[in-house]
Formats: sequence, C-alpha cells, structure tokens
Amino acid sequence: MIKKIILTFITTIALIVNVNASSDGELLLKKNNPAEVKECWEGFNRASFALNQGLDKIIFKPVASAYRVLPTPIKSGVSNSLDNLSNVVTIPNNILQGEFSKAGANTGRFIINTTLGILGLFDVASKLGFKEYEKEDYGQTLAVHGTGPGCYLVIPVLGPSTARDAIASVGNFVGGDPWYNITVANETRYVSDFDYYASKVISGVDFRAKNYDSLENLNKNSIDFYASVKSLYLQDRQQKILNSKKITDTQNDSDWEEIEN
Amino acid sequence: MFKKLFSIIFVLALLLSNVLALEADIFVQSTVDKASKLLSDKISKEEKIEKLKLIAKDTVDIEGIGFYTLGAVRKNLNDVQKKEYAKKFEEYFLKSFSSRLAEYTNPEIDVFGKEVINENYTIVKSKLKATNERPEIKIDWRIYTKNPDQPLIRDLIIEGLSLARTQKEEFASVLSSNNGEIEALFKTLEEFSNK
Repeated sequence: MIKKIILTFITTIALIVNVNASSDGELLLKKNNPAEVKECWEGFNRASFALNQGLDKIIFKPVASAYRVLPTPIKSGVSNSLDNLSNVVTIPNNILQGEFSKAGANTGRFIINTTLGILGLFDVASKLGFKEYEKEDYGQTLAVHGTGPGCYLVIPVLGPSTARDAIASVGNFVGGDPWYNITVANETRYVSDFDYYASKVISGVDFRAKNYDSLENLNKNSIDFYASVKSLYLQDRQQKILNSKKITDTQNDSDWEEIEN
Repeated sequence: MFKKLFSIIFVLALLLSNVLALEADIFVQSTVDKASKLLSDKISKEEKIEKLKLIAKDTVDIEGIGFYTLGAVRKNLNDVQKKEYAKKFEEYFLKSFSSRLAEYTNPEIDVFGKEVINENYTIVKSKLKATNERPEIKIDWRIYTKNPDQPLIRDLIIEGLSLARTQKEEFASVLSSNNGEIEALFKTLEEFSNK
C-alpha cells in the first residue's frame, strides 16, 4: 500500500517537474543546460552547503586524506567493487532508456567481475574486451524521457542534486535497487543493512579521495565556491544524461562566437 | 614571364604562410612542456607563480575569456567600466591560474589529437598522466585560431567540465547576489587578487 502511494506521488511530482514528451538531442541539451537550471531555494541550499562543508572538514576530508595514502591496488580494488555494484542500478536504467545492447554488455561485465573478478575487486571484464559504459540512474532515465531538472537542490549530507534527481532517487528505495532490496528491504542470510550503508559511505570517501586536490584547489581559487560546485555538478549531470564528454555536444558554441561581436 | 614569376612568388608565399602558421596541437604541447619544465625546476613557489604568469600572458586570451565570463552583462558596460573590468579580470585570472598550477610538480601531459570546430576554434585533446594519488585526467583545450600565427588558449575542459563555463556561472552568481551591480563584482575580484 505504502509502495503504491509513494509510486503515485513520484509519478505526480515527476509530471509537475517539467515533463515534455520530446527527447530530441537539442532539447535535451537545452533543458539540462546548467545556466537554465532554476535556483528556487538559494537560502536553504547555501545553508545546506555550509553544513556539508562543515561535515566534510571534520569527517570526510580527514578520512579521505588517510584513504588516499593506501596502496594503489587496495584503492583500485575498492573502486572496482563499487563500480561493479553500481551495475545493479545501471542495468535496469539501460533498459528503461532503450539501450538494450548496453544493458547486455553491463550484465556480462557484472557476471564476470562478480565471479572471476572476486566480488568485483578485479576488472576482468575489461581485460576480456567488454567496454565500460557510463553509470546510469533513475534521474538520468527521467531526463532522457524529457523530464526537466526542475530546481537545483543541495541535500544535507548527500550534496548537490536537482528536484528531478532527488525525486527519482526514491526509485532506489521502492524496488529499483537490488542491492538495497537484499540488504535493507529484505532480510538475507549473507548481507545486512550495515553492508548497504557501508558501501554508500565508502563510495563517498572514494569520490572525495579521488577529487581531493581538485576540490581543495577549487575552494582556494573560487570567488563563490557554492556557485563553482553547482556549475561543475550540473555540467557533470548534463554530460551523463547526454552520455558524452565532448564539449561540442554539451556546450552551445554560439556562446563563444558571441564575444567576437 | 611575369605570369610565371608571380605564380612562383604566390606559391612561395603560400608555402611560407603554412610553415609560419602554428598548429594548435603543437602550440599546446610546447606550452605544456614549457610549464611542466618550469614546475619541475628547483625554484621557490613564488618564483614559479611569477614565471607561470608570464607564460599565461603569452599563450592565453585573457581579455577574451574575461568578456566571455561576464556574459551578456558586458553589453551594458560603458568604455571606462570595460577597461576597469579587463584590468581587474587579468589580475584575478593570473593569480587564480598560476596558483592552481603551482600546486603540481612535474605534471606530464600528452597531446594526442585535435578537432577543428571552425576557422576560429580547434579543440586539442590531451591526457594528464596518472600518479599514485590521482587517476589519469582527460584535458581538452579550446584554442582560438583566428590568427593562425598566434593561437591562444580560451578554455580548459577537464573531464568534460569547462573551467570558463564554471567561472562564468560563478561571476553570474556574484552579480545576482548583488542586484547585478558591476561594482560589487569589481570589489570581489579586487579582494581575491589582494588576498
């Protein structure tokens, strides 16, 4: 019953957020352009951002600092395992986006790396020639089907997001994330709630450690750190939605032509 | 006879202009080699910063980036304000750019390709080699090639994220928090340059 209510709620909100039936590439680019994403709750967002910076200073930064000096094979193993685990959300989203060949390749990668790669510690699939694709989530799937990002949102502890992505992430807790289903939602013999939350915390530490210098550098050299993080997050989301890192795909070149006049 | 002579002069001039025109990828590789050599020199951080500023002045279109960063607001500025903005932006940019780079010691960057977008822009592709502490990073360079003899850097795109675009949105945020007052942006830039 509760599941049904939540699903109805998500669908209704998703429709309000800005649904457009078209998924034409140019429209997708325009809709997810960082400059077009509305700032509806700036006061809340800045307060939440300050809270997250405080948490980062006392928890994440020191832990990430210790983590990054671990031997490279350990860090690679952790990173590979997390990447492998993320396939359980990527695969259903590949299917929902109509990317069936990617779903097949990712399923192959997941099976090989979980078995031969010892729970994902080693990326055997890449060595066997399986191409690695971008991670997908329910927010990206809604975007691909034409839902606009809505307003920018900074979630306490979790960090930057948008209204669409925050709502879509609820999909993980109502059956869309098999890892959540076997750890938190249902009791199983081998894994528990702890494994789920530990994987999320380690994922955060791994991300912070990989971007340690870049974030320090950005903070030191920004005139508005909040705005810099917002821009980088939204650019990153845009390229994930478009599945392209090519600047000519993600940026309208007329911006640059304009300064010639 | 004259026709032949003209043809020969024309062909020679054409060949010479092609030789003189600096290819965008060669320009980027020589710039990063210069910066990389400087960063691995055993000199103080302050000296590195001063020398990096000189490299940036020669190879980056600071004025062009400044006006791109300001966005549509620049159309409302008078000539005096434009001049003041260009001066303050240059100081801000050189400080920000050089202190960002000065953190790296001996960065190894390999240029591996380029994509000509139009006669004004070429995107040069490169990779910053991985170290024990960070993975390999893909860096693209937006090169302004309107004057083929003197290409200039207009943007750095790190793993698909544009630094110029980030800066533009940062400036827009400062302006919007201050009711669009350009003086407030001048003050912020000045504070950054003096800190």
